[in-house]
Amino acid sequence: MTTQTATAAAAATSPHVAAHASARASRRAPAPVPLVRLVSVELRKSFDTRSGRWLLASLGLAAVLTTGAIIAWAPADQLTYSEFTLAIGVPMTIILPIIAALSVTSEWTQRSGLATFTLVPHRGRVLLAKAIAAVLVTVPATGAAFGVGALGNVSGAALADVPVRWDQSAVDVAYFALGQTLLLLVGFVLGALIRNSSGAIVAYMLYGFVAPGLLAFLAFNQDWFADARPWIDAKYNQDALLRGDLTGDGWSHLAVTSVVWLLLPLVVAVVNVLRSEVK
Amino acid sequence: MIAVDQVTKTYGTFTAVDDVTFTAHPGRVTGFLGPNGAGKSTTLRALVGLTPPDRGTAHVLGRKFRDLPNPGIEVGVLLDASAQHAGRTGREVLTIAQRTMGLPRARVEEVLELVGLSADEAGRRLRDYSLGMRQRLGLAHALLGDPEVLILDEPANGLDPAGIRWMRDLLRGYADRGATVLLSSHLLHEIEVVADDLVVIGQGRVVAGGAKTDLLAGAGTHVATRHHTELRQALTTAGLSHHPVGDESGTSNGGPTVFRVDADAEAVGQVAWSAGVALSELRPADGAGLEEMFLTLTAETQRDPRPAAHTTSPQGAAA
Repeated sequence: MTTQTATAAAAATSPHVAAHASARASRRAPAPVPLVRLVSVELRKSFDTRSGRWLLASLGLAAVLTTGAIIAWAPADQLTYSEFTLAIGVPMTIILPIIAALSVTSEWTQRSGLATFTLVPHRGRVLLAKAIAAVLVTVPATGAAFGVGALGNVSGAALADVPVRWDQSAVDVAYFALGQTLLLLVGFVLGALIRNSSGAIVAYMLYGFVAPGLLAFLAFNQDWFADARPWIDAKYNQDALLRGDLTGDGWSHLAVTSVVWLLLPLVVAVVNVLRSEVK
Repeated sequence: MIAVDQVTKTYGTFTAVDDVTFTAHPGRVTGFLGPNGAGKSTTLRALVGLTPPDRGTAHVLGRKFRDLPNPGIEVGVLLDASAQHAGRTGREVLTIAQRTMGLPRARVEEVLELVGLSADEAGRRLRDYSLGMRQRLGLAHALLGDPEVLILDEPANGLDPAGIRWMRDLLRGYADRGATVLLSSHLLHEIEVVADDLVVIGQGRVVAGGAKTDLLAGAGTHVATRHHTELRQALTTAGLSHHPVGDESGTSNGGPTVFRVDADAEAVGQVAWSAGVALSELRPADGAGLEEMFLTLTAETQRDPRPAAHTTSPQGAAA
């Protein structure tokens, strides 16, 4: 039983309705939402909850705690600037990727995507804004690592009564930032691929801390894998980049593994996000 | 203006939305009505681009939703008031939307006041919100851009009676200013009071649509009598189609039998008077007409069997 009077009945009322419609239609022509605005909104969204603020605070907190630990326990002859910055970089390789992953997964896990993707129906743009916002976080993180590291280096040397050793250059800062960015993007891609907060964090821990151990073990026991590892193991190359140890072939290794383990999953993730249903 | 054209969405073998077509016009409140799981929410999600339909198109203000340059300014959407980050405060949720749309900051406080959320409530986190407060915040979110189209899924859900009344007046005011308002509900009364047009959906299909007055005019007249044999005969003689409403328990226990007649009250009264039948009730069927229609139209799609004791009991109707 279908009553097809909908259009006819409503059409009958249209004269009086049309006047209203034109009155409203003329009021404004909205401009498209610029990407810069989306990036600033996404940055805000990463840190406007208690958990987000704690993640941000923990970047600084971990830097200070790590520095304290080195001053307290490292032998005096090992106190160098790189000792501090690289150690501070380790907790950052956990926290930054988690921030990046959560910025994507929370839209699904917390279901805020319903609002986000109706305000900006172009999901690709939202993802791009999130990626840019996440990468921007490496700037203060790198600043904190080298700032706190410098303070630690000076006070560590003073306490141990040894000369201060500065062994990091601007290039090392760039390597550090690039390495952190790549790891952060791994977190981002896993977040976009899995779209579940706990799932993405577990996956990143497997990538960052379980797999490298297993692969190192395999390389130790199998000569063929020891040779092939740089061409296969993305984290191996990313760690080398963080330390500033990447030379010659290392850059090719990094490029190849990044394409396979970062770019291809990113393409799959973006396609899935664009096609999926937001509930 | 909202135009949904032959939208179909299937999940495996299950067809959630089946060839749904309807139009919601400016200046009118369109009620989107259907039982649980009828496909209301899926249709609305397809309308705003959250669910890609398998077939069909949906247009808002003459464009596909994703082609709107800044949708929040033109279309206010509330699909699920609980779908927000539980750790954000109400004010923060609105601030994010306000910044995304590029609206002045003061607009947040304006809509907070409009929906009746106090400054203290706006500063609380969403996990501490009651359903009614979430619903108000969701409405504030939808109204933020002062849009000319409103798409609201079950907006009355969780609101107290005063809140429902307030929302009804608000939607009426929006429509009267020329906005297109589409609201879904399974709350028949809510829709009946506020809607100008109706779209009834059951098992993913549109089973009825049109102006509320037209649809309810077809509901006919309810007439109750203790002399059901005589009245039935007189109606048949007069050529008026009729059928008993609910079960015929009135017949066995001596109470009045209620008929629904496809004619206006005056014609039915005339027939009864000519036949010398005393009536215990005579009224247009529109009081509970929508419910009647709703249950009839979606009878095959209802998950619950129709209760024997009918809601349009003579006592209830006389009150």
